[in-house]
Amino acid sequence: MAIDPNSKPRLAPGCRLGENNSQRVLLMPERALRLNGPSLEIVSRCDGTHTVAQIVHELQKLYAKAEPARVEQDVLGYLGLLSDQRALDFQ
Amino acid sequence: MANRRPMSTIPHPLALVCELTHRCPLHCVYCSNPRELAARNSELDTETWTTVFHQAADLGVLQADFTGGEPLARTDIVELVRGARSAGLYVSLITSGLPLDEPRLDALIAAGLDHFQLSFQAATESIAEDISGTKTHAQKLRVLEWLKSRRVGVTLNFVLHRHNLHQMDAMLAIAESSSASRIEFANVQYYGWGFANRDLLLPSGRQLDEFMAKVKSAEERLRGKIRVEYVVPDYYAKYPKPCMGGWGRKVMLIAPDGSALPCHAASVIPGLSFENVKEQSLREIWEQSDAFQKFRGESWMHEPCKSCDRRSQDFGGCRCQALLLAGDAAATDPVCTLSPDRGKVDAILKSVPTTTISGQPEFLYRPNPA
Repeated sequence: MAIDPNSKPRLAPGCRLGENNSQRVLLMPERALRLNGPSLEIVSRCDGTHTVAQIVHELQKLYAKAEPARVEQDVLGYLGLLSDQRALDFQ
Repeated sequence: MANRRPMSTIPHPLALVCELTHRCPLHCVYCSNPRELAARNSELDTETWTTVFHQAADLGVLQADFTGGEPLARTDIVELVRGARSAGLYVSLITSGLPLDEPRLDALIAAGLDHFQLSFQAATESIAEDISGTKTHAQKLRVLEWLKSRRVGVTLNFVLHRHNLHQMDAMLAIAESSSASRIEFANVQYYGWGFANRDLLLPSGRQLDEFMAKVKSAEERLRGKIRVEYVVPDYYAKYPKPCMGGWGRKVMLIAPDGSALPCHAASVIPGLSFENVKEQSLREIWEQSDAFQKFRGESWMHEPCKSCDRRSQDFGGCRCQALLLAGDAAATDPVCTLSPDRGKVDAILKSVPTTTISGQPEFLYRPNPA
């Protein structure tokens, strides 16, 4: 699915951030994803106020040493994966 | 606790399956509860469950699955949801939706319920009633309407077998007109009540082929909209399923009376005794009890599992199925094509009628506990 850069992703109902033994996780029906570094930075911005383009931009600033095109590709790829898992609604 | 085994050798459980009660208004012919049902007066109280939730979170558990019987039969269900959330767990309610109205649903969500899984017996009332011995379908459709205006994760779970596999399209239509973000198509597994009714439930190979084609196309069509998941009847599989993700590896099940089991059906295995959460902590039971050690890891395996490349993928399959079909809980799961007992499974499949028999089958219905 193509992701609209102007849409605002938000965690879908039944999905939320959690923590166990200082490990942040994305909890969802029958599943949990471990969040580390960039994945945590991305998910914590999926709050319905940031657009996809803003998330990409903020991650590019955060990981300034990495190639910006590569960061964009990774962010879009991760959002696509979360969308396939039905963890996101795009508004 | 001095002789506790080092944690590094034992993975921590991720999910706690909480069978809050065996009471249920339905009498499904494939119920996953044991044939021997726990009586109401043996059920754990609210406080004990809450202690268990906190011990589970300390042990690394992320999710609590409230099931039964019918978990809504517990009058303290809202407090139990609150208790599990306060321990930091993600809470799923696996329910028929029967003893429910809108105020109670609101109370559950306000208490922190994360995920509502509604089970369906069919896409129509008449087949659902044949299977569950109760009229339930209209109420389920009402519950779906209530869920539309509320913020909670929704899964629809359709249990499939010979008598409803032809309703796949209608089941998908129910899901697509709901707020569900997830559908589970779960073919009946043959333990407990399902095992007793197996010969009346097993689908034909042709039904299964049609199912696979439909589920794959639904998965593709609904991508990004509804997550489609499915379980095949493993008698038709080439290799066994990794039952429970491996014995004592990911899941811990607490029965209504507080017994802690590695899986729903483990009580059928002779010689296994189960510790109770009223007497021991979850950590002690998980790390040290005989029942959880018995088939954990690989040291219990015989050939062909012992030297098989797939042993770290499927963990030898299901111990209860090995007992039921091969008469030995430590045998290779007989659904495996490498098992010397596979012929028994093939013989069962050969006897499955290729056409649906008309008239009401003589099911053994699951009763209510005393």
